[in-house]
Amino acid sequence: MVDPTSDARAAWQADYDRAPLRDVPFETMSGVPLDPVHGDGPFPGQYPYTRGLHAAGYRSRLWTMRMFAGFGTAEDTNARFKELLRAGGTGLSTAFDMPTLMGRDSDSPWALGEVGRAGVAVDTLADMEDLFADIDLSTVSTSMTINGPAATLLAMYVAVGEKTGVARRDLAGTIQNDILKEYQAQKEYIYPPRPSMRLVTDMVKFTTAEMPKWHPISISGYHIREAGSTAAQELAFTLANGFAYVEAAIAAGEDIDEFGRRLSFFFNSHTDFFEEIGKFRAARRIWARWMKERYGATDERAMMCRFHTQTAGVSLTAQQPEVNIARVATQALAAALGGTQSLHTDSFDEAHALPTEKAARIALRTQQVVAHELGVTNVVDPLGGAPFVEWMTDEMERQAEAVFAHLDELGDGSILEGVYAGIDNGYFVGEIADAAYRFEREVNAERRIIVGVNAFTDGDEDTDPNLLRIDHATEEYQRKRLDAVKKDRDQEAVDTALAAITTDAADSNVNLMPSIIEAVRVYATEEEVAMAMETVFGTHVETAIV
Amino acid sequence: MTPPRIVLAKLGLDGHDRGIKVVARMLRDAGMEVIYLGLRQTTDSIVAAVEQEDADAIGLSMHNAGHLTLGPAMLAALDTAELDVPVIIGGIVPDADLPILHDAGIAAVLGPGASAEEVVSTVRRVVADA
Repeated sequence: MVDPTSDARAAWQADYDRAPLRDVPFETMSGVPLDPVHGDGPFPGQYPYTRGLHAAGYRSRLWTMRMFAGFGTAEDTNARFKELLRAGGTGLSTAFDMPTLMGRDSDSPWALGEVGRAGVAVDTLADMEDLFADIDLSTVSTSMTINGPAATLLAMYVAVGEKTGVARRDLAGTIQNDILKEYQAQKEYIYPPRPSMRLVTDMVKFTTAEMPKWHPISISGYHIREAGSTAAQELAFTLANGFAYVEAAIAAGEDIDEFGRRLSFFFNSHTDFFEEIGKFRAARRIWARWMKERYGATDERAMMCRFHTQTAGVSLTAQQPEVNIARVATQALAAALGGTQSLHTDSFDEAHALPTEKAARIALRTQQVVAHELGVTNVVDPLGGAPFVEWMTDEMERQAEAVFAHLDELGDGSILEGVYAGIDNGYFVGEIADAAYRFEREVNAERRIIVGVNAFTDGDEDTDPNLLRIDHATEEYQRKRLDAVKKDRDQEAVDTALAAITTDAADSNVNLMPSIIEAVRVYATEEEVAMAMETVFGTHVETAIV
Repeated sequence: MTPPRIVLAKLGLDGHDRGIKVVARMLRDAGMEVIYLGLRQTTDSIVAAVEQEDADAIGLSMHNAGHLTLGPAMLAALDTAELDVPVIIGGIVPDADLPILHDAGIAAVLGPGASAEEVVSTVRRVVADA
């Protein structure tokens, strides 16, 4: 035990005593009572938060079990949402299809074959109304994974709220809106980086002023990792992007303590157990230090790195897919031991297709086992103080700091400029591609064993589980629906609203959110809104580098 | 014997490019000429590249379940251009779709977990058979 007379210990105890606790016995299965924390300070809830953001950790509140879902039409996904809420899910998370993610309507030639395939298709406010039909937006928190056209989807959510009598200030949720990692990893961008950053900043300003329960950016390492980066690169690139958004918002005159506390993060939980735990702990420490020391935050909440975690889709094997349940379980456990605020667990069949309802339920059940059966939620940061875990945390931090130093130099003392430069000169995509190739060679050389892929392959012939099939009729249906909405709407109002967006886009002192909200209200399509800005902003084309 | 020349591309909106970049390096390391066109290609841009580069094969990467639409669309565009170049699809393709793609004229499909050896030998075989 630590010295109970120390100030840090006493301060932690005071915080702990004030914290609400869940009504469950904090003891082992055999009845041994457990202290809420072991080891030394700084304790959970104390700067720099290596050991967690809150004094009582999961004793107060478990992580949010937020399952990402979206496929087919808005009605299809609405049914899945309701099923997840009935099954004990506590937040909604929307996956959009590729045309929606790219700001294209379902009737665009680019959308051919992709409507409703990898997520739900949303063209107009009418689809958004169906997506959230019979779900009370004042009681759920909603996460929307969208970046290039994020402003349009946020505007639609606001408009659905208006129509169902829920005020902006009562809408709770997160929009990913992390455009920088699109150029680095996920590649779903529309405009060049700088005008895109202006849109991000407009959304930060708008939500800071009008939507106090909304997280305007979820700074995401998940896709960087999926694209092939190492754990340390995921950590470093993500936090560097975070610093870039902070610098952009400060430059736009925003108060770091105001917007800083509504930034959130999104990390991957991969297979190397202790490396992942070290990464999560290092993320909190680095963010707190930089926000306080470099950017001058004074509100503790603005120094806290809150994050959502998703297990590593890329680690799922097509071979012997049921084995993925074991991978997901250990990745979920790493996220819990790393102190995540929210978690999505992947379904075992996702190397083949979007998950079936049964596979998605098993994935949710997997994290419920971790949360309720393993006892790991009884003690806050239970691994804190273990020499290897502390070393791993320090090592992750050391590697990340080396990347920050490089970007700082590239940007002449500005991380924002350094990130722009790294996008322009191929630094990020090059580093990620190198790491992905190194990993693949190790698997090929069997230096790295992947069960069912390069070892223990008996049973591989037994693949193809019962898969979710998206009916081709979805595309046809969605196009007809879009036609019908276009015929019904007031075209003159749409034209006026779109012209206003173009005018506002040309003046960087004007916030674009109000004109976008007006346009979606009168049923302008997502692509029409995107094009109204593209006229001014132009497009981004990546140089193909292998 | 001259090394095979292969055009690799992401057809459509799908931005998942980890796999195709790894494949590009695998083929290059095996001595092939790789022309990677990058993201957001159309059937027309791919046809143009195949003509210009005198390619022996086309590799398309698909992770968004668009293969049943985009695979045949690619073949139709090649037909129209009177090009007889084999098309290989790599990515996420459920087993049930394999015969459909085969019947449509796709030369080979490489799924997740395919080894470097498998990738290289498949391209060699497809080019030799063409």
